[in-house]
Amino acid sequence: MLQRLRENKSMQGTFLALPTTLWLFVLLIIPLFLTFVISFGQRSPDGDVIFSFSLDNYIRLFGYSTDCPDGQASCFDPLYVNILWRSLSLAFNTTVLVILMAYPLAYFIARATPKQRNMFLFMVLIPLWTNFVIRVYAWMMLLRKEGAINVIIGWVAGLFNLPFTPLEMLYTPGAVLVGMVYEFLPFMILPIYTSLEKIDTSLYEAAADLGANALRTFLRVTLPLSMPGVVAGTILVFIPVMGTFIVSDILGGRQVILVGNLIQRQFLDARDPTFGSAASLILMVMTLIVTYFYTRKFGFGEEIVVA
Amino acid sequence: MNPHKRSPFVITAATLVYVFLYAPIVALVLYSFNASRANVTFEGFITQTSERVVMDGSLVKASPCGAFHWYCDLSKNDDVIEAAGNTLTIAFTATIIATTIGTMAALALQRYDFKIKPFSQLSLYIPIVIPEIVMGIGILTLFSQTFGWLNETLGLTGDARLALGIGTVTVSHIAFMVPFVTLVVQARLQGFDKSFEEAAMDLGANEWTTFWRVTFPMILPGVLSGALLAFTLSLDDFVITFFTNGPGSTTLPIYVYGLLRRIITPQVNALSTVWITIVFIAVLLLQWLQSRETKPAH
Repeated sequence: MLQRLRENKSMQGTFLALPTTLWLFVLLIIPLFLTFVISFGQRSPDGDVIFSFSLDNYIRLFGYSTDCPDGQASCFDPLYVNILWRSLSLAFNTTVLVILMAYPLAYFIARATPKQRNMFLFMVLIPLWTNFVIRVYAWMMLLRKEGAINVIIGWVAGLFNLPFTPLEMLYTPGAVLVGMVYEFLPFMILPIYTSLEKIDTSLYEAAADLGANALRTFLRVTLPLSMPGVVAGTILVFIPVMGTFIVSDILGGRQVILVGNLIQRQFLDARDPTFGSAASLILMVMTLIVTYFYTRKFGFGEEIVVA
Repeated sequence: MNPHKRSPFVITAATLVYVFLYAPIVALVLYSFNASRANVTFEGFITQTSERVVMDGSLVKASPCGAFHWYCDLSKNDDVIEAAGNTLTIAFTATIIATTIGTMAALALQRYDFKIKPFSQLSLYIPIVIPEIVMGIGILTLFSQTFGWLNETLGLTGDARLALGIGTVTVSHIAFMVPFVTLVVQARLQGFDKSFEEAAMDLGANEWTTFWRVTFPMILPGVLSGALLAFTLSLDDFVITFFTNGPGSTTLPIYVYGLLRRIITPQVNALSTVWITIVFIAVLLLQWLQSRETKPAH
C-alpha cells in the first residue's frame, strides 16, 4: 500500500515536471545538438545545409585559408581568430569596468536605511528593464558628433575660451565598450547588493572592536563575504557580452566585429549556417570554460537568480 | 559603529554611477519633444496650434498636439501599432503558458522525488549559462530544418506551408521564460510552512482542495511575480525574437532595431518614452507584490 503510494507520488512529480522538461528539451537541448551536428556539415550552393562530417568550418575558424594573396595553396588568415580574441578581451574589459562601477553603488545601497534602500534599488531596476535596443539607441544619440556629450564638452570649453573640435566617438571600439558597460551594469549591481545585504552587521562591530580600521574591515570582512555576488554578477555579465551583437552593430558601425556579429551574418547575410554553427559552438565552449574555472575557484550561490 | 554610515568616496561614486545610468534616459525623453525632425541636435519644443502642422524645413514649428507632436505622430503609425499588438499577443500567450507549466514544475521539484528530477532541475540553468545567440540560432535551425522537411513530406504549398511567425516566436519565448518562473516559485516554496497544509488535511480536505484553498493562495504572490518577470522578459526580448520571427510577426524591439539602421525621427524617442513609462509602472507593481510577499501570511 505504502509502496504504491510512493510510486504514485513519483508519477505525480513526473507528470507535473513533464511539460517544462519536455519544452526545454525540445527547444534548448535539441537545438544545441542540431547546432553541433550542423557545424560539421557543408553549405550547398543555394545556402542549404548538407549533412556530412567535415572539420572544414573549424579549420577555417582557426585561420586555415585557401584564399591566399601570393598564390600559395594555403596560409594562415587571422581574421576569425582576431574576432574571437576581440570578443574575449572586450568581455573581460567590460566585466572589470562593470565590477568597479557596480561595487560602490551596491555598497551604497546595502548601507542605506531599509526605506531608502527600496528607492535606490528601484532606481537600478528602471534602466535594467528599459529595452536593450532602446538603451543602445540612447547611447547612439549621446555619442554622435552633434550629440549631447560633444555639446556639453564644447560648452565647457567655450566657458574657458578653449578651441574645441567635436570628438568622433560613435563607431569606435570605445563606444562599444561604453555601450556594453551600460547594458550590463545592473546585472552586476543586483547580485553584489544581495550578498552585501546578507552580511551580519555585528561582524563590522567585531572588526572595529578588534581594532581594524575601515579599510582593513572592508578588505578582510566585506569583500570576501561579497565574493559570491561578484561571481554571480560576472557570469550574468561575461556570458551575454560574449554573444551580444546589437551593441557592436549599432555603436560600432561596421568597424567592430564580434563573434555575435559573425554568427548573425552567417545566418542572415552570408547564409552559411554551418560556419555560423561552428562559430557559435566555439563561443559556447569559450564561455563554458571561463564560467567553469571561475565558479570552481569561487563558487556562487542564489545570487544568480536575483535579476 | 553606525551601519548606515558611508564614506564620501562611496557617496560620490554611487552618485556618478546613477548619473551614468540616467543620463541616456533623460536625453532619450528630452529628444522626444524635439522640434527637429532630423533629431540630431535639440532645436527646442513645438508650440501648440489649433490649425495644421507647420513645418519649416526639417523643423516642426507648430502642431495641434503641441510639444507632444511626436506622440500623436506615433499613434498614427500603423507599423508601430501592429508591432505593439504582436509584442503583447506574444507576451500574454507565452506568460500564461510559461507560468502554468513553470509553477507545476516548481511544485514537482520542491515537493516530489522522481526519476528525471536532476535532469529537470539542471535544464533550468541552460538559459543562464549559454549565450542567447547560441540558443537563437539553434532554435532557428530546428524550425527551418523541421519545417523544410515537413513542408516537403506533407507536400504543403502556399499559405499552408509552415513558416516562422508569431507561433514560433511565442513557443521560443516560453522556452527561456519557464526557467525564471520555476526558479522564482521554487524560492517561494522553499520558505513554505507545511503545517497549514497538514492542518487542512487533518480537517478532512483532500489534496486537490488543499492545493487550491491553502497552497495556491500562499504561493500566489510568488507565482504573480514570476509571471510579471516572465512577461517583462518577453516584452524585452530581442535576440530570440530576431532569429525566430517571420513576415508579419515583427515585435517592438525588432521594429526599433530596424529603424536604427535607417532615418531616425523623434518618433523613436516618443516610443521609447512610452515604453520607459510602462516599465516604470511595471517595476512599481513588481516591488509592491514583493513587499506583500515578505510580509507574513495570515
